[in-house]
Amino acid sequence: MLNHDRPPLTERRVQLMATCLCDAFYDDVARATVEVLEHLGVAVEFPEGQTCCGQPAFNGGDWAASRKVVRHTVKTFAGSVPVIVPSGSCAAMMFHGAPLEFEREADLPEVEALGRRTWELADYLVNGLGLTSWPGRYDARIAFHRSCHSRGTATGEAAQRLLESIPGVTVLPFGEGEQCCGFGGTFSVSFPTISSAMGSLKLEHIRAVQPDALVSVDMSCLMHLGGLADKEGRPIRILHLAQVLRDALRQGGLLG
Amino acid sequence: MKFQQIDEYAARLRPETKASVHSGSKAGHEKRTKVLFDHFIDPDRLRRIAGDIKQHVVENLDTYLPAVEAKLRANGVHVHWAATAEAANEAVYSILQARGARRMVKAKTMVSEETELGRFLEKRGVECVETDLGEFIVQIDGDHPSHIVKPIIHKNRREIATSFERHGLGAYNDDPETITRRARVHLRHKYLEADVGLTGANFVVAESGRIVLVTNEGNSRFCLAATKCHIAMVGIEKILPRDRDLGLLLNLLARSGTGQQLTVYTEFISGPRGPAQPDGPEEMHVVFVDNGRTDVLASECRDILRCIRCGACLNVCPVYRQASGHAYRSVYPGPVGAVLSPLLAGERFPAMADLPKASSLCGACNEVCPVNIPIPDLLLRLREKGKREGSDAAAAGTPAMGGWAVMASQPFAWKAALAGGRIMNVLPTKYVPVAALQAWQSRRTLPTWRGGTFRTWLHDRRKQQSQAGSAAPRN
Repeated sequence: MLNHDRPPLTERRVQLMATCLCDAFYDDVARATVEVLEHLGVAVEFPEGQTCCGQPAFNGGDWAASRKVVRHTVKTFAGSVPVIVPSGSCAAMMFHGAPLEFEREADLPEVEALGRRTWELADYLVNGLGLTSWPGRYDARIAFHRSCHSRGTATGEAAQRLLESIPGVTVLPFGEGEQCCGFGGTFSVSFPTISSAMGSLKLEHIRAVQPDALVSVDMSCLMHLGGLADKEGRPIRILHLAQVLRDALRQGGLLG
Repeated sequence: MKFQQIDEYAARLRPETKASVHSGSKAGHEKRTKVLFDHFIDPDRLRRIAGDIKQHVVENLDTYLPAVEAKLRANGVHVHWAATAEAANEAVYSILQARGARRMVKAKTMVSEETELGRFLEKRGVECVETDLGEFIVQIDGDHPSHIVKPIIHKNRREIATSFERHGLGAYNDDPETITRRARVHLRHKYLEADVGLTGANFVVAESGRIVLVTNEGNSRFCLAATKCHIAMVGIEKILPRDRDLGLLLNLLARSGTGQQLTVYTEFISGPRGPAQPDGPEEMHVVFVDNGRTDVLASECRDILRCIRCGACLNVCPVYRQASGHAYRSVYPGPVGAVLSPLLAGERFPAMADLPKASSLCGACNEVCPVNIPIPDLLLRLREKGKREGSDAAAAGTPAMGGWAVMASQPFAWKAALAGGRIMNVLPTKYVPVAALQAWQSRRTLPTWRGGTFRTWLHDRRKQQSQAGSAAPRN
């Protein structure tokens, strides 16, 4: 996987890839990401032309459409500083998916170069900046959903480590944690029965440990699980890791 | 078609079937994980090594196949090559004809499911009895296996008891031990009467020409105990380079497949009965079956030929657990089947191109695969192929991406859409005739559209920061 041979970090300056879901629905997650990074003294640039990572079409099989969007993304995120994404899924698209669909394209090197400097947020905090814990205070029992695009990457462990270190946080293990939530991009609409059955199973396991909030590094999983729980008439509180980190700073009086 | 076929199949699945498949596969996965991680410090490293060995075989089949043939012949084994399923069945039938054989006992082999050998032979008046208990039940039910290792994972013991009663194997009794004993008594006679025993092969070793078979019921041994002729039907990808590779592969196969350290029986067969051996088949044949495999080899998905048919990817797969094996309409179900079946289908690929869609791409299959096949990548490649070839089966229920791609590659259009999307908050979205939106909302609520809110916030923040910055005293 390409993100294993990343160039060393020389300065605290990054580009933020906010993700289309945060751009359209979850603005507070993108906000929290900015606040967390800036709290750490990281200068955050936001390339205005950004849209989406290209994953929906890639997963749907329409690679020609996806490549068009990836090419736009490569152009938009020109430069050499790390690109930080509050999503394991979009990060994996950049360092694994996009190179796969560009295998036989002349501009593969540019795509790979972007992949190499793309980091999922928790991975960047722990393995990029070298954080081992998170300060502040957050009083909550948290169920942490390890999203599937974090498999084989450093993200899951990094996120878990940060969460567990926050004073006041208890991370509750739940059953079949390795199983998928059932979102899967276009899978969620072309396989509604299976997708929702998978989600309901996940919710059952989560509810069994009675958390105050369900936390993940991917809003796509949380949009699906949260929407499913709502529809079942038993809503659950969903939070992105960045929101927990930001709120811990606030409640610890470290952030205004 | 409104949704994907496999999803519609899952929606119609009987609750009892779903419960059997779900609990059986979940238990299989949990046993596998425990036994692998209890015994090995780094099972992932072993999976990668095993994957490298099998990939090496796949990449060098052109030299391994002649080498294996030479070794087998030197060991006194007759070797046959079958390009197609029909050719494979004909090869078996001609061996039977040459011996005047009318009765065959058969151990479990997936490749014979591919070629539908049993039906082929029965049409020609040959009795062909499945001796693996699961396959035997599939046979008396006129059913199909729904799992590579546990063919009747979709049945519960009450259904099996009913099948036995219907087949004249005693009055209804759903005690597993009784069922097994009755099958055993029935099959013992079949072993004694049979002329020929047919097996598959889990591995064929190039170095020695050894055929390796693993079973838990010992039925493959019985197939070869009283018969005079042994036929092994083998996919051409089943080769291992060296005998010592078996140490790793057998350890991984049993653990991954059934959660055992080793299967109860592991047989090493190096040829027909020698002069010093008191019994065993006097004649031995190996039928190597291609049946589409060289096409797979020539494709971008050749890694799937590493597969050792353990079924671990089925057990862990959340889609398989919900849909059951029969949903995949092919011999190989689950993640491996979603890759292999459309490829083996040859010209019928477009009709099978929905199978690679039956995955949330969660990657669990790759994580458990004993030969580390990158199944999600292969599924993605096949999705692209399905789209490129215009498969209707693949397209069902999938939103078109052309308009989205135009919008997502033009920042102005994107920003306009972010703002315009707010109409979703006031529209009665229940009635908006967009299939994907309806499918989403049939199961989940939609979050509030807040398109562009983050950008406005960031813009304001930057303004404040720069004001604060310019107001700050400079040194």
